[in-house]
Amino acid sequence: MSVKTIAGVEVNVSDEGYLEDMSQWNEDIAKDIASEIGIELTPKHFEVINYLREKTAAKEALTIRKVGKSGIVDIKGLYKLFPKGPLKFSSKIAGIPKPTSCI
Amino acid sequence: MKNLLILGAGTAGTMMANHLRPKLYSNKWNITIVDQYKTHYYQPGFLFLPFDTYTENQVKKEGKKFIPKFVNYIQKKIEKILPEENKVVLEDETLDYDVLIIATGSKIAPEETEGLLGSLWKKDIFDFYTYEGSLALRNKLRNWEGGKLVIHITEMPIKCPVAPLEFAFLADSFFRKKGMRDKVDITYVTPLTGAFTKPTCSSALAYLLKEKNIHMEADFAIEHVDNETKEIVDYEDKRIPFDLLVTVPTNMGDEVIEKSGLGDDLNFIPTDHNTLQSLAHENIFVIGDATNVPASKAGSVAHFQAETLTDNILLYIDGYPLKKEFDGHANCFIETGDDKALLIDFNYVTEPVHGKFPFAKIGPLSLLKESKFNHWGKLAFRWIYWNMLIKGIAIPFVSRHMSFKGKVFDIKPDIKE
Repeated sequence: MSVKTIAGVEVNVSDEGYLEDMSQWNEDIAKDIASEIGIELTPKHFEVINYLREKTAAKEALTIRKVGKSGIVDIKGLYKLFPKGPLKFSSKIAGIPKPTSCI
Repeated sequence: MKNLLILGAGTAGTMMANHLRPKLYSNKWNITIVDQYKTHYYQPGFLFLPFDTYTENQVKKEGKKFIPKFVNYIQKKIEKILPEENKVVLEDETLDYDVLIIATGSKIAPEETEGLLGSLWKKDIFDFYTYEGSLALRNKLRNWEGGKLVIHITEMPIKCPVAPLEFAFLADSFFRKKGMRDKVDITYVTPLTGAFTKPTCSSALAYLLKEKNIHMEADFAIEHVDNETKEIVDYEDKRIPFDLLVTVPTNMGDEVIEKSGLGDDLNFIPTDHNTLQSLAHENIFVIGDATNVPASKAGSVAHFQAETLTDNILLYIDGYPLKKEFDGHANCFIETGDDKALLIDFNYVTEPVHGKFPFAKIGPLSLLKESKFNHWGKLAFRWIYWNMLIKGIAIPFVSRHMSFKGKVFDIKPDIKE
């Protein structure tokens, strides 16, 4: 874990750059992380991001399927918003932990 | 008389019947367990069956043998749970309950992926998460002449998340022993960011894939199987060709959970992570693969859960507050091929680390390091499963909580990006 300054705010991040504490997140941080990945955030991106944050706060595990059934975007649409790793990049931008397995 | 009803006589349900019968007065509590199937499978054995390491008879026994005396065992299909009425509808009768334990597990749902059940299913596409699938794959591998072997995970969560990786390692070893490794190209495909997603593990274990010459395709979420071209295709139209596809289809909870309106979008039941009480109904408890808790879906997890749940059922019955003690503890052997294995010990918040298990500094098992002793441990575990674990006999020195004794926090994760 280390401290990184994103959008002028000091936040705790994992070694791969995921926020350790989702309460440190704000929209400017999201935009900064997104631009590092090469994504420009639109209102649709934020709808997905807010959904992910809501579910994470409720301690629900996230899957691509779940986002696809959220009514916000289908899976193809999710890939268009976050190419090459939809859940990975959307989680990083949303300030929530990286989806992991047990090892 | 009051009724405690257990749905499912797999690993978790059978353990609960064995734990609870001696602890509940038989003049006050009836215990009933329902499962439509007669056979109890040793599911970890499905990993070994395809490679002819285990025989059919080593992985299955009659379920009745493991249900204790004075527990009513009903072999019927469960149609619906009526949680508002405290009733469960079976194919031809309805049972009342005061306390319900749901242990209906998870199963593969290949129909969720377009084209998976197409013309190649059970010809060039196999699963090894069912007895039938594992056996069919064994018959295929006995005569397979080589080509592109693709080992694939559809989506998380899955039962025993390391099993597909173990399958890849064992396949490498199997084809080398057969003298045909040069004819087999092994690719591991995952929807996650890699084979190892936790920093300690990717740091300590990344060498395994290189050493075994297993190719990696990460961040691949399957959209459909192309049966014509023999390719799996993702949502960005990336295509991975195969001659033999060993896939782990979507895992879902039982359809009775969906019919009863108790589950999430994968039919897993929202469950308190620490007490194992269902979030929606206070007299319903959930254990094992049927829950939505973010622990691994594995027998070892069910084993640790069973100890907490037994205490909590007794507390609930007597009107006391429940223990919030289940910590997500899992303890799993991971086969790496060549008669070696790893052992990992972790919980909801602590990643697998180095060290010795179960005795600090002594072991004899090594954590997160390959050893022959760990492999023998995995093989010995089959005996422990049939003779101790599902009978609810405590495994000496292995606690329900993750212990920090004997753990060495020496891994500095590689820094990526």
